[in-house]
Amino acid sequence: MKILLPYILSGVSVGGQYALIAIGYTMVYGILRLINFAHGDVFMVAGLVMVYLAASTPLYIAIPATILITVALGFTIERVAYKPLRTAPRMSVMISAIGVSYLIQNLTLYITGGLNKNYPEIPWISDKITIFGTTTTRVTLITPFLTVALCLILVWIINHTKIGMAMRAVSKDFETSQLMGIRINSVISATFVIGSFLAAVGSVLFFTNYPGIVPTSGSMPGLKAFVAAVFGGIGSIPGAVIGAFIIGICESLIKGLDTILVTQGVMASPFGFATFSDAFTFVLLIVILVFKPTGLFGEKQTDKV
Amino acid sequence: MKKILAVLLAALCVVSMAACGSSAGSADTIKIGVFEPQSGDNGAGGKQEILGMQYANKETPTVEVGGKTYKVELVYADNASSNDKAPSAAQNLVSAGVSVVLGSYGSGVSIAAGDTFNSAGVPAIGVTCTNPQVTSGCDAYFRICFLDPFQGTVLANYAKNDLKATKAYCLAKQGDDYSGGLVNYFIEAFGAENCVSETFPDGTSDFSTYITNAQTQGCDVFFSPVSTEAAAQIIAKADAQALGMPILAGDTWDSNVILDAAKGTGVEVAVTTFYNEGANPKFDDGIKAWINSDSTAKANNGGNDEIAAVSAMGYDAYYFALEAIKKAGSTKPADVMKALPSNTYDGVTGHIELDAIGDAVRNSAFIKKCNNETGKFEFVTEAKVQ
Repeated sequence: MKILLPYILSGVSVGGQYALIAIGYTMVYGILRLINFAHGDVFMVAGLVMVYLAASTPLYIAIPATILITVALGFTIERVAYKPLRTAPRMSVMISAIGVSYLIQNLTLYITGGLNKNYPEIPWISDKITIFGTTTTRVTLITPFLTVALCLILVWIINHTKIGMAMRAVSKDFETSQLMGIRINSVISATFVIGSFLAAVGSVLFFTNYPGIVPTSGSMPGLKAFVAAVFGGIGSIPGAVIGAFIIGICESLIKGLDTILVTQGVMASPFGFATFSDAFTFVLLIVILVFKPTGLFGEKQTDKV
Repeated sequence: MKKILAVLLAALCVVSMAACGSSAGSADTIKIGVFEPQSGDNGAGGKQEILGMQYANKETPTVEVGGKTYKVELVYADNASSNDKAPSAAQNLVSAGVSVVLGSYGSGVSIAAGDTFNSAGVPAIGVTCTNPQVTSGCDAYFRICFLDPFQGTVLANYAKNDLKATKAYCLAKQGDDYSGGLVNYFIEAFGAENCVSETFPDGTSDFSTYITNAQTQGCDVFFSPVSTEAAAQIIAKADAQALGMPILAGDTWDSNVILDAAKGTGVEVAVTTFYNEGANPKFDDGIKAWINSDSTAKANNGGNDEIAAVSAMGYDAYYFALEAIKKAGSTKPADVMKALPSNTYDGVTGHIELDAIGDAVRNSAFIKKCNNETGKFEFVTEAKVQ
């Protein structure tokens, strides 16, 4: 057990960060049936904004301001790139999303000059702590709890508030809810606002843990979070969170599998499992899609007559 | 209306493309191609290497060829640290009509671009690409730095003799010629039975599990000659998880990115490198004054005036190329290519002379250690391998 602990710790922490991004994917998909490819890049921009703000303002201003700017960015992307295409075929919106993703990446490439930006150190959460003989940073421990707490709040919002009810209605039937007097555009904007808010919180946790931002920093976490969302059943928020934790932990264990097996005497020489950690994530996606196309907690497909 | 707009847009595209193509240089200019990464994993290193060339170009902006003075123009191409973008960046330089190419930082991109330079007959001078394959499979490629078999041996000797390490953990990036190659040579010299070797995929930011692996397997030195971007993450994690062993790396880590990351931490970092600051005070002062006076240069150097070894190498590469052009007595790439093998130059990083394959004859490297308090490199020793 002692040997597994550090791997599980880092897996849970990575999983929590994937979960915060995955919620953004899954909510937008649930409502718009759109895979928002720019979401990973919004996450990266949140990191960069924090770098620039923290250089000139104290943290208690920089962190809320970062979250606000990220939310504004998510809102603007929806208004500029997706709203005009509301009646267009779904494929056009998807391509618009890919376009936005590249636009953001290249803009940041232009602004930062492609150089690695060091994330500011946030006191207290980046302090070192030791649990059961394993040294790690406090943020590693905080991440899963914060993620689960945010997820619970979100589920409560969706089940018990007016805007949440509107979201559920819109995700069930777009046109009918419009006829019932729900203002579609504000519901969709609210979705993007919540998604971007979580991405911003996720970016603070992620980059505190892995300081160093380049324009493509958002793509790999974004992709993994997307896999997590599909794995858990795209459209389902608890599904996305559980999927993200499973992927985070499995990934971390696979990277350490050689060491675990060799030190436990199961294998004489390492096999090189660490090489396949990313491959594993995507094989998992394929397997899930083959055997359970709707994911772990996916909505049941019902034919409407 | 929409149709007119579309036609207008298309016309605009054509015009702008044409504008790109028509930038012909004047007759009295000689072009030197700068084939370096300015973005991607190795962007920071590439920019520092360019700084050396720019400073040299500022110092000596002209060259005399056959009794006529030519203005030297640096033509840049960004290979984006990516093996699949390298050939098109190389092609851009060839199309721009350069006489000789300098670069690149990172062996993979140089290997990938070798064919392009070879078939165009344009000579290229590798500045800090240390993988043997850069020159061995390509007639057009020459280089002025030491090679990985040498560097790997120096590092392995240092780990064994000075650090008294018995078991090494080696971490390379998957599909990366530089780190993969250097790790192999290190293992060869250190002894395969005493090494644990792993690779990480592109886009990895979570290095905590690799740190745990090294700790659990009881290693006493951590060898990871990866890009500086990954290095910053590794150092941060090593500090957070109290790695408890020194980290060794090759020439790429001689950069202020590493110094910034290691400053204020408890992580011990040692690197091999080409140049030790202070070896040539005139060059040191000159380039520092220039970096401090130019805000773009300072930003490209990471915001301070610390001299990276790659900048010194870039500086020497520029003069080595000028020497070859003078010797060729012509601005034609083919003539420069012929002049290169017998070309010699005494640079700030030492005497440069090429062997039959086109590699520099060098048998010494500097080992430097990072001081965690001051955030500067300290000279440890000059290592030689015969």
